[in-house]
Amino acid sequence: MDLNLTPQELRFRNEARAWFAGNVPKDWVKRRDEEESMLGRFEYLRAWQRKLFDAGWAGISWPKDFGGRGAPVMEQVIFIEEMARAEAPPMANVIALGLIGPTIIAFGTPEQKKRYLSKMLSAEEIWCQGFSEPNAGSDLAALSTTGVLDGDHFVVNGQKCWTSYAWAADWCELVVRTDPAAPKHKGLTALLVDMHSPGVEVRGLKQMSGESEFGEIFFRDVRVPVANVVGKVNEGWGVAMGTLMHERGTFGAALQVNYRRNFNRLVEIAKRIDRSGKPASEDPVIRQKLAQCYAEIEVMRLNQLRAFSRINETGVPGPEGSIQKIFWSELNQRFQQVAMEILGPYGQLAHGSADAFDEGQWAYGYLRSRGNTIEAGTSEIQRNIIGHFVLGLPKSY
Amino acid sequence: MQFGLSESQQILKSNARKFFATECPIAEVRRIMETDTAHDKKLWRSMAEQGFLGVVFPEEAGGMGLGFVELAALAEEMGRALVPGAFLSNLFAGAALHAAGATKHLAEIASGEKTATVALLESSANWDPHAVRMPTLAGEKLFVPDAESADLIVVAARDADVPALYLVESHAVKKTLMPAMDLTRRLYKVTFDHPAAELLAKGGAARKALDHALNVVTTALCAEMTGGMQRMLDIAVEYAKTRKQFGKPIGQYQAVQHQCADMLLYTESSRSAAYYAAYTMTEGSAEARTAVSVAKAYASDACRETGNRAVQVQGGMGFTWENDTHLFYRRAKASEIAFGDATYHRERIARFVID
Repeated sequence: MDLNLTPQELRFRNEARAWFAGNVPKDWVKRRDEEESMLGRFEYLRAWQRKLFDAGWAGISWPKDFGGRGAPVMEQVIFIEEMARAEAPPMANVIALGLIGPTIIAFGTPEQKKRYLSKMLSAEEIWCQGFSEPNAGSDLAALSTTGVLDGDHFVVNGQKCWTSYAWAADWCELVVRTDPAAPKHKGLTALLVDMHSPGVEVRGLKQMSGESEFGEIFFRDVRVPVANVVGKVNEGWGVAMGTLMHERGTFGAALQVNYRRNFNRLVEIAKRIDRSGKPASEDPVIRQKLAQCYAEIEVMRLNQLRAFSRINETGVPGPEGSIQKIFWSELNQRFQQVAMEILGPYGQLAHGSADAFDEGQWAYGYLRSRGNTIEAGTSEIQRNIIGHFVLGLPKSY
Repeated sequence: MQFGLSESQQILKSNARKFFATECPIAEVRRIMETDTAHDKKLWRSMAEQGFLGVVFPEEAGGMGLGFVELAALAEEMGRALVPGAFLSNLFAGAALHAAGATKHLAEIASGEKTATVALLESSANWDPHAVRMPTLAGEKLFVPDAESADLIVVAARDADVPALYLVESHAVKKTLMPAMDLTRRLYKVTFDHPAAELLAKGGAARKALDHALNVVTTALCAEMTGGMQRMLDIAVEYAKTRKQFGKPIGQYQAVQHQCADMLLYTESSRSAAYYAAYTMTEGSAEARTAVSVAKAYASDACRETGNRAVQVQGGMGFTWENDTHLFYRRAKASEIAFGDATYHRERIARFVID
């Protein structure tokens, strides 16, 4: 066990740190909190990602030939830690960077890699992931969107839902049923679909937080070239699982950037807010709760670091990634509740209230965190995965 | 950067696992726990021969001169095997002697020639060394682990309002058993009536030695707790795979399966935190005290929750004396309390990161 940086890692760290010191925009948190429109925030982050890409910081562990840096996965971890340290804004094209890019790297053809990867890194093309459907959520393999072969195209019909960034996406990794006669896991195919194709319609899905981060996508006779199949026809389940392993196992790594920033901000607030004539940060109960949050954020970071060290050796994330998914989602819900307790009556104040802390971000964060244990596979599904695939208990479903 | 055991650390760990599987199977644990001191001299000698008693102590003091990650790997295996007796109390004393520069005594401890413990808690039951009130050397110490099997006792006291560490021979003091939940380790009330004592350190040096020794033993304990959690998880999962109700293994029911998943989450997370604490201790980094408290705050709750689930998953069987779970469950509670529970360590974290 050695968490010291190798000379190469140290050079990388220093270079990243110096770059962030000179380039992190100072107005991000203010912009995030004050910006009215989701699109406005998104365009800001897209411009930021482009800046990172131009400086060679996007896709640290992606192949050099496709715009990445070709560095070991541990440098990706170092990069995330440096982003956190610099309080840098996140990148815009998160679904592409975290999930679909790694899937194309693992399963895609040389042509697909050449065509798509570098435009993911530059945020020139934004991606979404078309997996869930109204009648196929946790039981994803029951999905019913169809792809019917017609010459050198698949003709796609159906509906996807809960699709993050559908409203911004240029492309979609879509899983469709191509062999209705086969058992449910064996008749699926993963397609790369141009969201600007005729027959694609996106509708916003308004969430309890008031935003429409997610969308529904309707496909009506959408023609997708056979060349856009990822992996093999009718072997899409394995491709989808590859994507989901990334979603569970490594996607949460970047979250520590936000979590640490939120924790530090909450401590500042606790020092200012009054509790029985003293700052809340001196209240023994509040101190216990803040310290528990700190400990759990730290444990999340360490779990991720261990997981990345394993991936560094094995090359792929395994089913134990479900632990990370449960951890980050349930931790954020606990953290947001602690924030509510510290803020007291101020916690409920929404965006637009002159008296709200941080432009109402805490009320938003509290509501938004409810989705954490549902999106990217519910906590129940993650526990099924751990039970069956990690602990070897009989499959429950 | 690599968060995982190196090859030599792996070898040490798997050797330890084999050693305890042979020398201290659960039947042997049950035999030893029925003895007066729950400390077996023969097992202790074999552990000494392996070098286990001096893993982190310098070679010139008869130790192996290894780091805290190696100690954690060993402690994890000991926790998994529920090794009874004085390992942790002896480590605690050794670390205090080491930090106080008492090399001669340390060599006796590291070699297994003598065993030692530390008398810290008083009736206030406060783990904070600031809370020590006993004057030189008259009064009572409570919850002293393994005082009967120990040859030497390191005593935290106050000399004219200055913290001081002394060393006394165990036979020179009165020891009264405090019957307690964990059957594999004994606690004693120790009464001091001006025994012959050697001053080890005084003032800031005494305080520093005690702080360091507490971090060392707490780190090892967190790793040991992880091993205990892993064993409780393994026992419960094995049961859930074989026990059938309504015609199916109970592990097929999600209500049971999800409890097992939680146990894995707690175990793996405790493991991450324990090894990180060990790593920062080896590096001597300024972060070490926070990392130790994070590990202990997390493991204290996680170990209890894992135990609760292990009993629940096994239903009535988990509640029986014959099932081994309760032995680990009892140890889990003692470990949760030892060297400060989650509440104690969270307040420490608050002091380090909020104030």
